[in-house]
Amino acid sequence: MNLLRLPVCLMALLFAASVSAVIETYEFSSPELEQRYQDLSGELRCPKCQNQNIADSNAPIAKDLRKLLYQQLEEGASDAEIRDYMVARYGEFVRYRPSFSGATIILWLAPALLLLAAALVVVAVLRGRAGRGGPELSAEEQRRLQELVTRAETEENAERHS
Amino acid sequence: MPARLKLFLPLALFALLALFLFRGLSLDPRELPSALIDRPLPEFSLPRLGEEQRVSRADVTGRPALLNVWATWCVSCRVEHPFLRQLAERGVPIYGVNYKDDDVAAQRWLDELGDPYLLNIADRQGSFGLDLGVYGAPETYLVDAGGVIRYRHVGVVDERVWQDTLQPLYEELAAAEESR
Amino acid sequence: MIPEIGHFALIIALCLALLLTGVPIWGAWRRNVAAMSLAPGLAVGMLVFVTISFACLATAFLQDDFSVKVVASNSNSLLPPIYKFSALWGNHEGSLLLWALILSVWTASVAMLSPQLPLLVLSRVLGVMGAVGVGFLSFSLLTSNPFERLLPGIPADGNDLNPLLQDPGLIIHPPLLYMGYVGFSVAFAFAIAALLGGRLDASWARWSRPWTNVAWAFLSLGIMLGSWWAYYELGWGGWWFWDPVENASFMPWLAGTALLHSLAATEKRGLFKSWTVLLAIFAFSLSLLGTFLVRSGVLTSVHAFATDPARGMFILVFLALVVGGSLTLYALRAPAVSSRVSFDWISRESLLLVNNVAFLVASLTVLFGTLFPLIMDALGAGKYSVGPPYFNAVFVPLMALLIPFMGIGPLSRWKRDSAARWRSELAIPAAAALLCGLTLPLLHAPYNPWVALAVLLGGWLVLGLARDIWWRVRGAASLRQGLRRLTPSYWGMVLAHVGFAACVIGVVATSQYSIEHDLKMGPGDSEALSGYEFRFKEVASVRGPNYVADEARFEVWQDGERVALLAPQKRRYLASGQVMTEAAIDAGLFRDLYVAMGEPIGDRGDWAMRLHYKPMVRWMWLGAIFMAVGGFTTVFDRRYRRQRSGARAATARGAQYAG
Repeated sequence: MNLLRLPVCLMALLFAASVSAVIETYEFSSPELEQRYQDLSGELRCPKCQNQNIADSNAPIAKDLRKLLYQQLEEGASDAEIRDYMVARYGEFVRYRPSFSGATIILWLAPALLLLAAALVVVAVLRGRAGRGGPELSAEEQRRLQELVTRAETEENAERHS
Repeated sequence: MPARLKLFLPLALFALLALFLFRGLSLDPRELPSALIDRPLPEFSLPRLGEEQRVSRADVTGRPALLNVWATWCVSCRVEHPFLRQLAERGVPIYGVNYKDDDVAAQRWLDELGDPYLLNIADRQGSFGLDLGVYGAPETYLVDAGGVIRYRHVGVVDERVWQDTLQPLYEELAAAEESR
Repeated sequence: MIPEIGHFALIIALCLALLLTGVPIWGAWRRNVAAMSLAPGLAVGMLVFVTISFACLATAFLQDDFSVKVVASNSNSLLPPIYKFSALWGNHEGSLLLWALILSVWTASVAMLSPQLPLLVLSRVLGVMGAVGVGFLSFSLLTSNPFERLLPGIPADGNDLNPLLQDPGLIIHPPLLYMGYVGFSVAFAFAIAALLGGRLDASWARWSRPWTNVAWAFLSLGIMLGSWWAYYELGWGGWWFWDPVENASFMPWLAGTALLHSLAATEKRGLFKSWTVLLAIFAFSLSLLGTFLVRSGVLTSVHAFATDPARGMFILVFLALVVGGSLTLYALRAPAVSSRVSFDWISRESLLLVNNVAFLVASLTVLFGTLFPLIMDALGAGKYSVGPPYFNAVFVPLMALLIPFMGIGPLSRWKRDSAARWRSELAIPAAAALLCGLTLPLLHAPYNPWVALAVLLGGWLVLGLARDIWWRVRGAASLRQGLRRLTPSYWGMVLAHVGFAACVIGVVATSQYSIEHDLKMGPGDSEALSGYEFRFKEVASVRGPNYVADEARFEVWQDGERVALLAPQKRRYLASGQVMTEAAIDAGLFRDLYVAMGEPIGDRGDWAMRLHYKPMVRWMWLGAIFMAVGGFTTVFDRRYRRQRSGARAATARGAQYAG
């Protein structure tokens, strides 16, 4: 029973911890670094939290990782180096932007493949539909149809305003 | 009747989805295996707890052993501690990583509660923990004789965890070591 | 005593739901008019008893009855009464009761507002909704009884409501969201009834359209409120995180949007009949799937309820029965041969297909991305995360592809249109939109090409609509008369499309132009951000009804004028001891200024502060409100009113129909 309850308590604690905003006051040597810090801390996942990036999490590990990120940026590491560093230690799990390799290729290609498949179905449907059905209306018939439509509309309006 | 068959496609897709969802119920999305499984233990050079002497990777490898990440601020570590002492008494080698902690408090903890560790690495800044991919104490790593990480358990190691997962792996490694 | 009454009422409601599922559907099968006629009464009865149950739980909350477990865990005697009431749905058990209540409201509404429906159809529709009710009421009673007592050992006071949920936005967010989620059950029930009856004609589409529009409008409002709440309450300045729980509400919205448009083609032209039925099933299935994802714990989320695998198993079985059952019925009963109705490549029908493709692909992509970590884990392929960078990367191009077609849609003609006509109609709007796209972003330095593209696309939608309205009213005697001639359906569409354009522009502008600055500030310091000067005046201690707070006071100056006073707080709630940030926001149509307070730094009175400049962030919420108002407006259309006035005749017909 206690074992079952433990995760629930933990969750409550984590949620409580995440309530207040995380604000780090690092001073960056350039605005570009600050921007890269914001971008990267937004796309690295805190390994211990409930689906939070390291920028928003109050967990101690997130704080450590923010500090590490800041140091690495100031030391001149590239985005790819920082990502690789994190992945080597915490696995692919820390990337909110999954890499384009191995199993995740299907993830990245899925939307395009779905769109292609759906477009092919639509084209097939349109081909089947176009030109099917009854014979074309002659010019005279078109004119009469238009007349009928106009009359119906006028009547509807009359009814509406009466 | 191929036209009718086509209409079964949504049902088939849903059945597949439901299978995954069913499987998902018995998985823990928060459980995160170490990224270092089957990789060598990272190099380090850190002081030994309570002493100025530095220890490195060579000091904690050479035979299958447990590497336990702990701290005095970690509540679960206190729960885990008695069981670690039992393991040590049974002859299981355990090295400690005292993670982001105060040396004095850690030494007092060992004096009061007993010391199951062969030696303790004082990782005051958490830099070794970072290289290990630690995300919270306690964590316990199983390292083989060659210094390769074989398994990681996150959370308290107790009798059940030991018997179900760690012991079989440990004995396998120990047997392989003896037969060499 | 009161909680026991509530529990008992819930059991009676379940019995009524069981009868509602069994009797009318049996009656429809045997053509037994007496059995079918019971359906509306049973539906209203279910509403009455779920309402009693809900009222009992509300009373327990308002009277601080801490012997009831959910009250003790989620309320506190210090809590302001309005939050005591909304604490009812701030937890798993209570929110499930709200789900059941809203389902009964929809069911009873269908029963009472549809006298024009043939009895045969009505009884099947209500029967299907009753079946959904059985699922949720038994879920509540068997796994998550909200009336469970803590006996003995009644706590002296409650655990308090999570401070994040003590907020006006969170009072109405869940009810609106559930109105939307659950509202899709009506379209679903109509679709299943049509399949059961084997008559997949245009009539089911006409009957379910107003219901679907209203549900969609509620869902839009619910999602918008959730996003707005996250923005001002979490203190991060973000408004959409692509969290599984957010996606769970967004997927039904996307599928619902496809459904709205597909229903139009089915109603007006008798087209895509099987497809529309499938979409109705899909939209509601995604609602149920969302419930599963939020409450089973298969995915990690910041917003999830405390989860329990037993509950997850219950919903999964229910999901399998409802979705599996309806898809089996679909496979067996949907017409396999497409209708003989024809239309041209260049026609409104094909544009509606483009809409359906875009929104279907969007919802499937969100579904796949959300479940991808679960799928990989289930396959033993490792742990992965899919987050905002992925969803943004696939979602933005998809919507950008859709909008060019969306601009043509409103003025296109059914069956056959001509590209030459489109060109001549839309040449001026296109040129004007291009001009807007090129020039308007000049107002905000530096020039941003993405904003230019968003303004171009948004302008294309709005100006195309303006052209269409002008074209429709120009024959009228006066402008006023001309505008009055346009139907509520048409106005609804216009509002929704304009809202969508506003959303697009707002999302892109705020993403591109926003500036965030985190820094250390002490009283007397000031900081400039995009032309605004934030002056930190002082820190004061303030006391609220159930919290104490440090309050920072800021003046914001622009060009020598004070434009705003901002007072962000850092609150500590007395009951739980939780600390929470309360951001201060000066809202405006063209920009928000936002200050959030972090931790105190050092002993000289410095604080970590977050300053935000967020241009046009309101546009996306305003856009969502426009969309929702549009959805509501369509209901006033003459077509549906006429159905009602012709009700008596239809009821008489219904009896024959049943024979």
